[in-house]
Amino acid sequence: MQSYFQSSGDRFLAMLLAHIQISLLSLAIAVLIGVPAGVLCVRYRRGQKYITGLFSVLRVIPSLAILLLMVPILGTGTAPAVVALVILAVPPILMNTVAGLEGVAPFLLETASGIGMEPRQVWTRVRFPLAAPMILTGVKTAAVEIVASATLAAKIGAGGLGDIIFAGIGLFRTDLLLIGGISVALLSLATGLLFSAAERITMRHRTA
Amino acid sequence: MSTAIAFNDVTKTFPGANGNAVDHVSLTIREGEFITILGSSGCGKTTLLKLINRLYEPDSGSIVLFGEDISTVDVVKVRRRIGYVIQQVGLFPHYTVGENIATVPRLLKWEKDRIRARTDELLELVGLAPDEFRDRYPDQLSGGQQQRVGLARALAVDPKIMLMDEPFGAIDSITREKLQDELLSLHRGMGKTILFVTHDIEEAFKLGTRVILMNEGKLLQFDTPDAIIRAPADPFVQSLVNSARAKEQFWENYL
Repeated sequence: MQSYFQSSGDRFLAMLLAHIQISLLSLAIAVLIGVPAGVLCVRYRRGQKYITGLFSVLRVIPSLAILLLMVPILGTGTAPAVVALVILAVPPILMNTVAGLEGVAPFLLETASGIGMEPRQVWTRVRFPLAAPMILTGVKTAAVEIVASATLAAKIGAGGLGDIIFAGIGLFRTDLLLIGGISVALLSLATGLLFSAAERITMRHRTA
Repeated sequence: MSTAIAFNDVTKTFPGANGNAVDHVSLTIREGEFITILGSSGCGKTTLLKLINRLYEPDSGSIVLFGEDISTVDVVKVRRRIGYVIQQVGLFPHYTVGENIATVPRLLKWEKDRIRARTDELLELVGLAPDEFRDRYPDQLSGGQQQRVGLARALAVDPKIMLMDEPFGAIDSITREKLQDELLSLHRGMGKTILFVTHDIEEAFKLGTRVILMNEGKLLQFDTPDAIIRAPADPFVQSLVNSARAKEQFWENYL
């Protein structure tokens, strides 16, 4: 294993970076879709059924299936992988955004407008900040899922740490499997820890 | 004294409810009065209050504050001129005590120094040491302390009218007694017009210079505590007074 890092250290770093890049890009897009969709769900109750329905249907499709389904549509490479990962990541973000926003006590919102906040200020100063810990939990779930599933994206030529694992399977090399597998696991763990720290910051007002 | 608040034949009905939540109410409140609104749950007293800061809009009739029909004024402006305190306090849990009090001044874009000075002044006024409480979060305060902060927040921009919806309803009776006395002396010192909703007859008669009695959306009697006790205008008012007397009797048995 030492020899792997000595001979292919640069390649490993490149794959690690590619993995992180695909994950970050997918997560960013998923947040940009999931959070506004959650806000829309809360503001327009009627739309909620359709939006959450759509994403829960998409969610039950296994990620490997989505990845492979994307190939005829988008070809191989990063683009289909990102699409598949986004589909995977939106539901937890969307659901938690809805739950977080709806979890803010109605009397708090009424007080906020009662003392003279404009409707937009009630959202930006009260409702959103109070929903933030819940939304972050959703983003954390999504991020961990993305980092793990991005491994599969190597199958359709998107690169990342999955390349090492698939190479290990192809060449019957346990050392490559271990390096790839452990790296992904560590990356997932690090992602989870990062978001837990962020959650603590948004919850600093809650004393145990 | 000038007229602070006038209701002209105001009615409010909620969809799906039988009967009016507020039923053809007309009344006039002078500047500087401490008005308590007394009635049992669901009698429309909270609705009456929320009509004033336009959390509810009347179905008919008009409400006039200092000569100005509030339906013609921007909602947000109306609310920022009125202090609002509720039973659940409604402090923003993610704001510190200081930030909570500074909510409206910040919306009005006051300068930092002015906000800071005002916050400290208000904390002193409601009996909380500024250096000790300014940077705490609401979760770290007792119920009584939270309601003091709620009161300070409502007073922040020195509104002429204060609306208080059972502010001491969830507070233990010893602390409540104390807060009532402090509110009375605050009122004497500041000359604000206060509307105070309660279902507790002793609280209503102790605090109010005049008391509004409500039942089923209707205004039954609006007079000084003295006049109400001497001449209840209605069987419902009579029964309220009787129930208070019965309670008194209970304690006298132990003397």
